[in-house]
Amino acid sequence: MSFVRSLIAAVGLSLAVTGAASAQQKPAELKIGITTFLSGPASVFGVPAKAAAELLAEELNKKGGIGGVPVKLSFIDEGAGGEALVSNYRRLVTDEKVDVTFASISSGSCTQLVPLAEDLKIMNFMWDCGAYSILENKKHRYNFRTQANGAAEMMAVITYLLKVKPDFKTVAFVAQDYAWGRESHDIISNALKVLKPDAKWVAEFFPKFGAPDYSTEVSRLLALRPDVVITTSWGGDLDTFVRQSGQRGLLKQSTFVLAIGESSIQRLGKDLPEGVIVGARGDHYFLHPEFKNEPSFKAYVQAFKDKTGAFPIYPAFHMSQAFTALKAAYDKAIKANNGNWPSREQVVDAMSGLEFKDFGRPIKIREEDGQGLEAQIVGTTKQVPEYDFKVLDNIMVFDAEKVATPAGQKTIDWVKTLKPDFVKMEAKTYKHGQ
Amino acid sequence: MDSTIIILAAMDGVAYAALVFLVSVGLSLIFGVLRIVNVAHGSLYAYGAYVAASLALAVSGISPWLTYPALIVASILVGVLIGGAMEYFLLRPVYGREEVLQLLITFAVFMIMDNVQRLIWGVQPISMAVPLTLLPNVEIFGVNYTSYQVILLPAVALLALAGLRYFLRYTLSGAVILAVTEDREAATAIGIDAKRVFLITFIVGASLAALGGALASPTTSLLPGMGTEMIVLSFAVAATAGLGQIEGTAVAALMIGLARAFAIYTYPEFEVLVPYLIMVLVLLIRPQGLFGVNRVRKI
Repeated sequence: MSFVRSLIAAVGLSLAVTGAASAQQKPAELKIGITTFLSGPASVFGVPAKAAAELLAEELNKKGGIGGVPVKLSFIDEGAGGEALVSNYRRLVTDEKVDVTFASISSGSCTQLVPLAEDLKIMNFMWDCGAYSILENKKHRYNFRTQANGAAEMMAVITYLLKVKPDFKTVAFVAQDYAWGRESHDIISNALKVLKPDAKWVAEFFPKFGAPDYSTEVSRLLALRPDVVITTSWGGDLDTFVRQSGQRGLLKQSTFVLAIGESSIQRLGKDLPEGVIVGARGDHYFLHPEFKNEPSFKAYVQAFKDKTGAFPIYPAFHMSQAFTALKAAYDKAIKANNGNWPSREQVVDAMSGLEFKDFGRPIKIREEDGQGLEAQIVGTTKQVPEYDFKVLDNIMVFDAEKVATPAGQKTIDWVKTLKPDFVKMEAKTYKHGQ
Repeated sequence: MDSTIIILAAMDGVAYAALVFLVSVGLSLIFGVLRIVNVAHGSLYAYGAYVAASLALAVSGISPWLTYPALIVASILVGVLIGGAMEYFLLRPVYGREEVLQLLITFAVFMIMDNVQRLIWGVQPISMAVPLTLLPNVEIFGVNYTSYQVILLPAVALLALAGLRYFLRYTLSGAVILAVTEDREAATAIGIDAKRVFLITFIVGASLAALGGALASPTTSLLPGMGTEMIVLSFAVAATAGLGQIEGTAVAALMIGLARAFAIYTYPEFEVLVPYLIMVLVLLIRPQGLFGVNRVRKI
């Protein structure tokens, strides 16, 4: 009989445990730990992103939060350096017990924190970093990217360039000397080799990150007279490079491609001429031709403008994508859990294959590797009377699947297999104001 | 390498060296007299740039030519107010204490100034190119240069070098500074106010850093962290020359500026490496720097 009693007790205990797992108690708040640059040169992205996060959390909580639970934000400064970042991240997870993290802007930060998130079994959204290699090299359970990666972004830009200016003969490349600059160079140089084999690569420069002076590079480019100058620089570095190029006539001499320049066009104002090709780093732009008239889109753009004094740039949209993905994942997990609050593992499960719609076309989290599939916007600068800076014209929106590295393949290996016909892919095209 | 490239690279190298010299010579001067390695020197450069841009933008509406005096006024304001306060309130109490304490204080000031800078001017890059656009471009071998960078900046650097030489060698105040530098106790014994000398020297050094920033402001984007970049480079220049060496700093700045420019023209991969490679090579051969003299204070 004692065996029967033990069996009943064991079954009862199992049921209790199972029941507890399937019906978690709804927490008082959902804690989100966010890493962003609050100091250093990259704070040009990090501070607007923080403002966006605060705005989004406020709006979300006004509407009842996620599954009825308000969100609470904690921020870590990525600018404090690698060691501090890792220890602060660990503290957020283990001491402050955040439920999810959004990390990070820098690909270097992502490289450090992704394995840590796996170790700590905390769901992490790579909300802004673009290095494609992170999710290609290893399968992760807890890490997802809620936006595209650098491969899709650069392939869209190169495709656009080859569609609108197919006859160039010479090209030069400028990028900041760090992980992103080098990785973007690898994608672009390999892509041009197969898509435009007759183009001659005449120069490539990797000035120091944060370099205050590009005069010598500009002189060299003026002397070499390349048909096209591609730069994947961003922030103040890009502003300086563009201004110094403009002051000395280089912008008139060569066609400029600012591969991730959307975030600089407002600051550059009249210093950025017409005819410059600009990539948006995703499917977002404050005058998105397909969604700019949607009430929620207009409300976000206006609220961000009111809070920061500027129209949202891509980090503000990427932050929004992370929030939307989180809400979508919890909603999906709650539904799968018969309306009960899900466990963390159930939310992680819900992320695989998740589809969500933010301020662009729907984004899908790929089941195979957790990579977000996001469409890409590229356009050409144009002056219009409504704004004191250039806007994008001749905008092309590239489908996510067409420009993204296929699941299970390495980006550079995939790029090397492409044929010149690749650029004939269809992309919806819009004029400014359409 | 053809002569065209040599001339073009030389133009770029000289323009770059001019700015670097202005900042480095301030650092070297302060070390030569006060024996303090001022880590906050880069912050003074950044504040010079930000204050100059703010002043210039404020007066450019009246007349764009007023932006030039604005650059000078900004340098003096930063040098006198921030540099003066720093020396008087923070460094003066720790003269004679361990050098590491002075280093830590200037490092703390650097961190504080970096944060205050973000509070005042924010994190978005600021641009103010008015002075540069007032001067015409010049064409050399078909390459456009701004005369601001290839004529004005080297001219100001030369003036600063000549002015410092004259001041230290041919004026009474300069002689007093040299006396305090050589032997503070003896100088004090004959009635020289060493504290005053230290204050004036620090203000001059700080003003030179600020002048570098002010003159750089029309050519670049002002953003958080710009001081860090410059302090690292100016340390490399000052160490290559030998700390405290005025003319040596000019030679080292020119050497590094030219080497960097030639690297960009020939082996761009070495651009970032070149200044520090030169510094390491020089220090391996002459630990006191190219022009430094062991155990003897010189400025």
